[in-house]
Amino acid sequence: MTDMADFGVYIHWPFCQKKCPYCDFNSHVRETVDQARYGQAIITELETMAERFHLANRPVKSVFFGGGTPSLMLPEITGEICGAIKRLFSVTDDIEITLEANPTSVEAEKLAAFRDHGINRLSLGIQSLNDRHLSFLGRQHSANEALDALAKAQQVFDRVSIDFIYALPDQTTADWLAELADILTLGCDHLSLYQLTLEPGTAFTSMAKRGLLEIPSDELSLEMFKETQAHCKAAGFHAYEISNHAKAGQMSRHNLIYWQADDWIGAGPGAVGRIWSHHMPNSENDHETNYGRIETRCRKHPDGWLDDVTKTGSGIAEENQETPHAYAIEAVMMGLRLADGINIAAIEGKAGARHTWLDTDAVARYCQQGLLNEEAGILKLTEHGKTIMNTLIGEILIL
Amino acid sequence: MVPISNIRNFSIIAHIDHGKSTLADRLIQVCGGLTDREMKEQVLDNMELERERGITIKAQTVRLSYTAKDGQEYILNLMDTPGHVDFAYEVSRSLAACEGSLLVVDASQGVEAQTLANVYHAIDVNHEIVPVLNKIDLPAAEPDRVRTQIEDVIGLDASDAIEASAKSNIGIEDVLEALVNRLPPPQGDPDAPLKAMLVDSWYDPYLGVMTLVRVIDGVLKKGMKVRMMATNASHTVERVGIFGPKPTSIDALGPGEMGFINASIKTVSDAKIGDTITDDRRPAEVALPGFKPSVSVVFCGLFPLDAGEFTDLREALEKLSLNDASFSFEAETSAALGFGFRCGFLGLLHMEIIRERLFREFNLELIATAPSVVYHIHKTDGEMVSLHNPADMPDVTRISHIEEPWIEATIMTPDEFLGAVLTLCTERRGEQINLTYAGNRAMVVYKLPLNEVVFDFYDRLKSVTKGYASFDYHITGYRTGELVKVSILVNSDPVDALAMIVNKEQAETRGRAICGRLKDLIPRQMFKIALQAAIGGKVIARETVGALRKDVTAKCYGGDITRKKKLLEKQKEGKKRMRQFGNVDIPQSAFLEALKMGDN
Ligand SMILES: Nc1nc2c(ncn2[C@@H]2O[C@H](COP(=O)(O)OP(=O)(O)OP(=O)(O)O)[C@@H](O)[C@H]2O)c(=O)[nH]1
Ligand code: SF4
Ligand SMILES: [Mg+2]
Repeated sequence: MTDMADFGVYIHWPFCQKKCPYCDFNSHVRETVDQARYGQAIITELETMAERFHLANRPVKSVFFGGGTPSLMLPEITGEICGAIKRLFSVTDDIEITLEANPTSVEAEKLAAFRDHGINRLSLGIQSLNDRHLSFLGRQHSANEALDALAKAQQVFDRVSIDFIYALPDQTTADWLAELADILTLGCDHLSLYQLTLEPGTAFTSMAKRGLLEIPSDELSLEMFKETQAHCKAAGFHAYEISNHAKAGQMSRHNLIYWQADDWIGAGPGAVGRIWSHHMPNSENDHETNYGRIETRCRKHPDGWLDDVTKTGSGIAEENQETPHAYAIEAVMMGLRLADGINIAAIEGKAGARHTWLDTDAVARYCQQGLLNEEAGILKLTEHGKTIMNTLIGEILIL
Repeated sequence: MVPISNIRNFSIIAHIDHGKSTLADRLIQVCGGLTDREMKEQVLDNMELERERGITIKAQTVRLSYTAKDGQEYILNLMDTPGHVDFAYEVSRSLAACEGSLLVVDASQGVEAQTLANVYHAIDVNHEIVPVLNKIDLPAAEPDRVRTQIEDVIGLDASDAIEASAKSNIGIEDVLEALVNRLPPPQGDPDAPLKAMLVDSWYDPYLGVMTLVRVIDGVLKKGMKVRMMATNASHTVERVGIFGPKPTSIDALGPGEMGFINASIKTVSDAKIGDTITDDRRPAEVALPGFKPSVSVVFCGLFPLDAGEFTDLREALEKLSLNDASFSFEAETSAALGFGFRCGFLGLLHMEIIRERLFREFNLELIATAPSVVYHIHKTDGEMVSLHNPADMPDVTRISHIEEPWIEATIMTPDEFLGAVLTLCTERRGEQINLTYAGNRAMVVYKLPLNEVVFDFYDRLKSVTKGYASFDYHITGYRTGELVKVSILVNSDPVDALAMIVNKEQAETRGRAICGRLKDLIPRQMFKIALQAAIGGKVIARETVGALRKDVTAKCYGGDITRKKKLLEKQKEGKKRMRQFGNVDIPQSAFLEALKMGDN
């Protein structure tokens, strides 16, 4: 039954040229990286996972090189990894293989080579069209450089997505809408527009704590969010997820896997995965090999991860079988981010009767109050519900 | 056996923190009650909370044996008492069991409010009083000044006051000699029918119901059948013992002696404090006068945070009341908070301690409502009801008038803060009775309505005097007041647990202050919340808590799931600390915090 879930592969490349002050990803700045060794280790880890979770010949829908800055990889390495994926699993022609890239001139030069080594979709982190904002965000490129990189990317790839960050300190709604108008003319079919968030442990957060930085008020960021939704819609984009907008057929298939709580494996330092499989016994006394959704998490530190892969074939630091209840929580929490919402019966199929994970009274109440919408077994957030979805989800889930 | 003429019974009394328990340590040590290895600071403060807060809550009795300079052996029965005003009842019982008191005064601080209150109690029961000027090791100690102060303020001869340091072991011999030479021995007839005062009783998980007694006449022996004169129940004495301070069995307690008995008593309520124990076969004719019962002056509602824990709470309260007879409880139902108990306490510290013990010893998380005093409601039909809970106030049309309790408060403060203290008392509807100076300290006596004091008066007093003032009070009686009930409405529904009774003139200010505070205490929620204060149908203040504007995670991909789930769990945990009222979640702390008056 559950084998039918879409399946993707995530590769984490944990290195960057410089750490951005807002970033809480597992990224590390290194003078030199032994790329061949890391590339080989990722392949080894993929091989281990394929065997461990019985994934031979499982059709792969999507591959995603994330990071970090995977555009710093040598294109041949991505090629080798793509080759390994084809060898280990089953791959169709319509596979989506995305690479995250920073729009510096150096990386722009490599785009054609990436295409030649298997990449067919680019996700370009432009972040802003304003040089002052770019330098505030600690980026290594100017707006012009980014636009050049985008032009090159559009020549090389059919599918290019671009990322922006808004709701910056001092940014007004008018500033941002002017910038958004320019963004909408760039000819991309997929936009990720994120409001700046102060993530724990980042330079921005510590600045904010010391009073050196202040993000816009809830009122202002709400206004910006609503305007953003409206302008994107008017330009023909579908807000298929909270921060993601796509033209018809251009949604990120890979990210949909996360939001639909499907299956993926994650290789590389700190990568996580979720996969329906037979659970490996944890000890000799544990003979149960239940079928269920397994969550994996790799060791975070690149050196430690590399060590583990070299010694044991994989850097997996944690491997647990998710309870059906935990699966339901994840499916709701992620699924409600999507405009399409969640199919309650489908989640019940995997996680059991709804009343064990969903407070149906609360759902009914919030439907009536205009925060949720339930129709034909599909539960969605309304526009109002979207803006306060964290609180709302907390109210309707039974943890 | 030591003759009765060689027994001395005494209480150690003082203002809070002046060193009673530390002095008790030294006396125990010098008399060899504990070895150096067994000794620790304030060894008699054995409750976890006492040790943590460094205060005595429960009076303790120790029997010491001392060989004086005259070569004779004496039995010293020491009672260490609490200093805090809430536990004045413990002090008065201890005083009743003794013939004398050691009045400890911190030589660096001098006479404080509880010094006065306690010494007057001791004088009232005709105690011989030995003043001890403690902490003379401190550079700031001014024994001469304090000596004068004792004479001026208390009117007690302090020329023989002993200079001591309980901490640095100075003057301890002098204290012991003074006890032997200055305090009278008890009197009693060993051949008369048994008459013993039941000073205290509590439940000990290992020893069962413990009864602390002071024998007046006759002899109390193991195996004897005794009768409780108030309840008329008879019991067999299973064990007779003394605290040295460790419980030790002995054969008998004679007249003038203090110790404990275990008898075939099942519950603490069968060992009523103040009762007279007599010989079942040869009963005494008249009982001892007993004690005035302790009265609860402050009431509050305690509700389990988790409604499922109501039974647990009841069991916990029952257990706690086994060794603290001074608090009362009865079931209460609140529309806002569900099932709980209305509990009566001796004061705010007492209330705080019981709550803390419920949390620590029974793992119960509670919501406490704001404390209230007991009002006398005189109804138009002539009936008078004692109102412990503002929510239960009858309809105004059926009330003829309301009386509230008044206290007489004694405040001692360095004169630089006198102005602030007077302002505070005036704000709280106080009437000045007296104002005197002793050196650079002022002593003011005020009459105040208890409801103005009960809640945050002491905090405010400490804050306006930088902690230098001390405060003591006792209830003097009831007076008619212009009192009204202010209800708080959340989205138009009255929240019973937030109702309060206030003086009419202050109703509007208080109503506005509460709405303002609630606005800050109630987090924004998915919908906007209307807060109102009303007297009857008339709204006197209003505020709005705006709806939650935005709460959505911008980025959420595969690697973020675990962290976001943790946030959800935290959110749920946070919600557990809230009480649902209609659609509105009110944080548990709000029920207490909202009523605090603060600085304005
Ligand atoms: N310097 C100095 N400190 C002392 C002396 N006696 C007691 N203290 C300190 O004063 C504080 C209070 O002492 P306690 O013995 O707990 O006082 P208490 O009177 O029993 O206090 P309550 O039971 O809470 O009323 C402690 O920190 C003691 O260490 C002394 O002679 N000299
Ligand atoms: S480039 Fe991307 S991954 Fe690297 S530090 Fe900046 S935001 Fe983080
Ligand atoms: Mg003490």
